[in-house]
Amino acid sequence: MSDHEYTPKSKFGKWFNDRLPLLSLASHLTDYPTPKNLNYWWTFGGILTFCLITQIVTGLTLAMHYIAHADMAFESVEHIMRDVNYGWLIRYIHANGASMFFLAVYIHIFRSLFYGSYKSPREIIWIIGIIIYLLMMAAAFMGYVLPWGQMSFWGATVITNLFSAIPLVGEGIVTWLWGGYSVDNPTLTRFFTLHYLIPFLILGLVVLHIWALHVPGNNNPVGIDIKKPSKDTVPFHPYIVIKDGFALLMFMIVFAFFVFYAPNILGHADNYIEANPLVTPAHIVPEWYLLPFYAILRSVPDKLLGVIAMLSAILILAVLPWLDTSKIRSAVFRPLYKQFYWILVADVLILGYVGAMPAEGLYLLIARVATAYYFLHFLVILPVLGFKEKTLPIPLSITDPVLGGAPNLATAKNKESLKH
Amino acid sequence: MKNFLKIFFLILFLFGIPFKSHSAEKVEYLKTDWSFKGLFGKFDRSSLQRGYQVYTEVCASCHSMKYLSYRNLGEKGGPEFSEGQVKAIAASFEVKDGPNADGEMFLRPGKLSDKFVMPYENVKAAQAANGGAYPPDMSVLVKARGGGVDYIYSLLQGYEDAPNGMILDEGVHYNKYMYGKKIRMAAPLSEGLIEYGDGTEATIEQMSKDVTTFLMWAAEPHLESRHQMGFKAIMYLIILTILVYFSMKRIWSRVETEV
Repeated sequence: MSDHEYTPKSKFGKWFNDRLPLLSLASHLTDYPTPKNLNYWWTFGGILTFCLITQIVTGLTLAMHYIAHADMAFESVEHIMRDVNYGWLIRYIHANGASMFFLAVYIHIFRSLFYGSYKSPREIIWIIGIIIYLLMMAAAFMGYVLPWGQMSFWGATVITNLFSAIPLVGEGIVTWLWGGYSVDNPTLTRFFTLHYLIPFLILGLVVLHIWALHVPGNNNPVGIDIKKPSKDTVPFHPYIVIKDGFALLMFMIVFAFFVFYAPNILGHADNYIEANPLVTPAHIVPEWYLLPFYAILRSVPDKLLGVIAMLSAILILAVLPWLDTSKIRSAVFRPLYKQFYWILVADVLILGYVGAMPAEGLYLLIARVATAYYFLHFLVILPVLGFKEKTLPIPLSITDPVLGGAPNLATAKNKESLKH
Repeated sequence: MKNFLKIFFLILFLFGIPFKSHSAEKVEYLKTDWSFKGLFGKFDRSSLQRGYQVYTEVCASCHSMKYLSYRNLGEKGGPEFSEGQVKAIAASFEVKDGPNADGEMFLRPGKLSDKFVMPYENVKAAQAANGGAYPPDMSVLVKARGGGVDYIYSLLQGYEDAPNGMILDEGVHYNKYMYGKKIRMAAPLSEGLIEYGDGTEATIEQMSKDVTTFLMWAAEPHLESRHQMGFKAIMYLIILTILVYFSMKRIWSRVETEV
């Protein structure tokens, strides 16, 4: 794992390290050679680690006071908000933390898409990332059910009902998931259990994600392979640590603004009404971060096909390293891909917008076009682009201007910073 | 730094989208200056106390507030009635307790630790007494309605005669701010309905504002400490961010790349 042999200075350190090489690991992590041209889009990995730890710590504290029972869940949340010391703070950090987590993960994913970080030799890092993202969605969905408000209840009903689209066994699966014939107490208790479990699965996968990252090392804005260590790299500590720290603090300011001054703005008012199986809310909408997929689901008239479309929209990302046929990683050197990239960003934002709107009339039409384009991007545009696109010459190193009449790095970097 | 600003604006942009989508089909609510909004927003203490009076004399006959306790009325950041006043308020309610040594339930005067006494035994009893409509619990009501305080404030003043051609069923009233414009609750407030202890004139507007302020506090009893802590936390983060920024500049000056 380490690029150089590390020997602890103290006798005890050496004795310990021979038996469990923790000090070698620490040395590897601090010395880890990182491309020196990483921009702020690369700081979201660290930010995401912070989000995960924050969710786990606040979640553990909430679990000490929360009661997973259909008759008591809503009340226990109010108990946390009113009577538990700083309970309101812990709960608002946890609830808004989920939104901040998704905000960061979307930036992280789209950074990867722009700079081609999913391409060889980083496919495994990418696939682990997609699994983490899937687990995040599962955890967030189940977490939203726990306060047992109206949106909790009806969101759970709608989403679990999707499984009934499976031919023959669908209905049976739904009953099995619910632990009964409707969303009720057994559903709540199992969701709580799973909501507690998943973050630790994510934590394990994050370790694998970082481990897999440390084999080839970071991609970088230029997207070229670099020698490590070299004058193109800096040691992780202190250079990347302080830069990640700076970005994290900026992120925390935004986070704090939501927690302290707009803690409910990202949630839905109906979730402050206790769950009532007899009253259906006028519009059942998921949390904002699931809206693009909700739009895809609703844009297909057939239930089963809608579910398949929604799942495919996520799973298609897992095979992205093979759908993108271009050998050039960074969009900086791919003039056509760069344009399609921004169209995709707009497409996903549009999907998110129509996902929040009623599925009718113009909204439905827009959702259908945007859904079709989403798949077109991955299934047609990306594979074809790899063969058709005339890419710009890439530099041979981060520091040196390139050989053979290629535009020098300064131009490339300039372009890249202009673009976003 | 340039990059960072772009990210910052992107974040703001992303959060702009859900806001717009929520406000798409909204009616214009009546506006008033809420003292609890803004970075340093605090409750107007006397408005909270008047609001409690409106709640207890008008709303409480139908609407429960089951997550509040009488002790809350004396706590910091709330109406801050004196301990004596809160004890007197609590004692003015009869609370069902028991069973006693004989296995009987009994009534006793309320204590600070008691939850607000509910007007009806249960939801069914509430519905039976109100023509089938359940008067919602008011503990978190302002957070449970899309328009929040502005909605409640407007609704209380939104009673009008139904426009020509609109037929209202028995026991249904016209309210221009209500979803669907039809509401089961009769106009709860009228000019001079109650006599404020502090001599404030009890106009419909005044009572609406006071009781809405009270409901906001009921839903967010820690709003004041949240605002105070938020300001400190964000100031702390900003100062720390500036310090870390200069440290970062210093450290990165060892390599030629710009940060």
